[in-house]
Parts: sequence; C-alpha cells; structure tokens
Amino acid sequence: MIYPQIDARGRSCPEPVLMTKKALEQSPNGICVLVDNAVSRDNITRFGKNFGYQVSTELDGSDFKITLSR
Amino acid sequence: MSPLALAQVLCSLPKVDNENLLVGLDTCDDAAVYKLNDSQAVILTLDFFTPVTDDPFTFGQIAAANALSDVYAMGGSPLAALNIACFPDCLSPEILRQIIRGGAEKVQEAGAIIVGGHTIADKEPKYGLSVLGLVHPEKVIANSGAKPGDCLVLTKPLGSGIINTAFKGGLVSEEAYRRCVQVMSYLNKDAGQAMLKVGVSGCTDITGFGFLGHASEMAAASSVTLEIWSDKLPVMDESLELAKMGMVPGGAYRNRDYLEGKVKWSQDIPLEIQDILCDPQTSGGLLIALPENKADRLLEELAQTNKTPYALVGRVIEQKSYLVEVK
Repeated sequence: MIYPQIDARGRSCPEPVLMTKKALEQSPNGICVLVDNAVSRDNITRFGKNFGYQVSTELDGSDFKITLSR
Repeated sequence: MSPLALAQVLCSLPKVDNENLLVGLDTCDDAAVYKLNDSQAVILTLDFFTPVTDDPFTFGQIAAANALSDVYAMGGSPLAALNIACFPDCLSPEILRQIIRGGAEKVQEAGAIIVGGHTIADKEPKYGLSVLGLVHPEKVIANSGAKPGDCLVLTKPLGSGIINTAFKGGLVSEEAYRRCVQVMSYLNKDAGQAMLKVGVSGCTDITGFGFLGHASEMAAASSVTLEIWSDKLPVMDESLELAKMGMVPGGAYRNRDYLEGKVKWSQDIPLEIQDILCDPQTSGGLLIALPENKADRLLEELAQTNKTPYALVGRVIEQKSYLVEVK
C-alpha cells in the first residue's frame, strides 16, 4: 500500500503533529510523514498510536520516515 | 539547555571554598545562600526565559513568579529584585512595558521591590528577575535535607510544558489553558509560608528539568532515594490526553535522556504519566520533604492558603542504586 506522503522536515513540534493530524483527516487509511528530528518522530508515534494506527519508523538518511496505517 | 549539557559546562568552574557560602553550585540547588552574620543570610537567584504566553503582562507575571520561587524554595523571603530583559528593536516598547509591569505586580505581591535592571536588544523577547532574599542561616531549607521516612508533598499540578505546546498547536481548551496560566503565575509564597510554619526537612521547586529532574537532584543532594506514587500526582486538566496526542515538548525528551539510569520505572507506568513526570515546568510548585508526623499539618495549612491543587506524592527511602523510583 502506498500512502500519501507529507514532508515535515525543518519543522519543530507541535507543527509536525498538527500536519499529521490534518493529513489523516484527508487520508484516514494512512500516511507517511518525513521528519528530521527524534522529538517529532516520538510525538507523531504517540499521536498515531493514540488514534489506533499502526506506526512504523525507518531511517531515511538522517531523516525519519514514519508510516501510520490501519 | 539540557541538564546534561549544563552539568558538563558547570563542572569546569573552579571549586569554591568559602565558609559563608551555605548553599552553592555543588548540590544543584535552587539558589545560592550566603551567610552575612549569625542571624542573616542572603539568597541570590536569577531566572529568565522566552514568552510562554501571548499576553505580555501575563508573561511578566509568570516569569517573575518563576524567579521568586527559588527564594521560597530555600525557606526565605524576597527583599528586592532586578529586571533582566532582552527585547527586539522591531517590537513596540509598549510590549516590554507591559511585561515589566506584570513582573512588578508579582514582585509587589511577594512583598519585595524592584530596584533596577538591565535590558539588551535581542531577536526574541526574554524576561526574568534576579532576586535577593533573606533567610536565617540556620533555617535555610536546602534540597539536601530529605531524610528516609519523610513524606513528599507537591504544591502545584504538573503538565504546563505539555499544555503550552498544545496551546501553540491550538489543541487545548480555553478553560484548561486559563487554569494553566493561573497555576504558572501563582506565587509559591503561600506554600513557602506553610512550609516555614510546619518545619520541613528539604525543598526544591519544580521547573525546567521537570518533576523527576528536580526530584533526582534532591535525592542526590540528600543521599537518599525518592519513591513517587504516580497515581497520586496532581496533574493539569487535559495534560494527559494531550501527551497521548504527541504534544510533548522537546525539553521533556531531553530531561528523560538525562534521567536514564537514575530513575526506576515500575512496569505498568503509562507513557503519558512518564511524559508528565519529565515535562519541563514553567513556574512549577514546591516539592517538600518533611517528617511523616508533620505531613497532615502541612496539608491542612495548604488547604487553608494554597490556591493550586497539591498532594502527598511519595516518600523518601534509604539510598538505592537509582535516585527515584516511580510506582
């Protein structure tokens, strides 16, 4: 499954979480989020799990690619 | 700045050996205490930060309450304060005027006076105070006084870092944010006075290193371990829910990294409670250690005067291989 991807690199919390929230309202089945810091990665993970998504993270260079899926 | 990075910087300072310095850098306490004579010691402290709210007057109040807190945490009374401010040239000076007016109001409420200050141009506004306080040299309440068997009382609810992050994201309700602002701008004066009336073993205030950061400093300075009862913690409305939504500030993660190996977590502590315990607090409450037989009296005093939620949150036990245990 290929999910819509959003790029939240260069942004700091709470913005990446808000972008994730907005993107999931458009694509409730799942999205991919790119972030460049561990705080955003961990906060998006918390957000996803709280709303019942499966969350997986992979390292993409120095960035993190987070997949939230149902 | 993270507690780890700060510790690394400060360790390069030369050791101070002066018999009049009753409390210095070595115990990571809230303020320095310098003995003038047998009946008087002065407390010196400085604290300032970037705006935590959009309203300049309220920001001034919160920053001042935060700076004054260090004096109360040492068992003292504030006498005089100096403003310290950074302010951008591009903003209206009226904003700075309101910030300083908010601070002055809190200083007045504390029974102290503003006697001067210093302002420089900077990209982002910052405000705070350097406070001079007075205490009897034998009545200094340090963070190093906690003893096994003591009870632990916290005088303000936790969660201001999370609420402030959620406020930036527009995710907190108006009412919960209003209460958080009330808590942040509330002086620790009543709690400080209650603690002086009852007589306590030790105290610290909860600020940027979070509840566990400051609790671990108290434990280390007192050569004890603190046992914290996670189900008894006073927490701000909506803060647990917002932590679950990922509104956890970067400082909470930095605090948690610093606490690695210092804190023993019981297995079933939910992540949002862990977040609350690491959450950096702005103008947080006092964490007071006192003999068990005095705990009820302190709670009664707080019930009469203190206007923020407070609770008995744990106890002091013999030193273990970790500084704090969260149950």
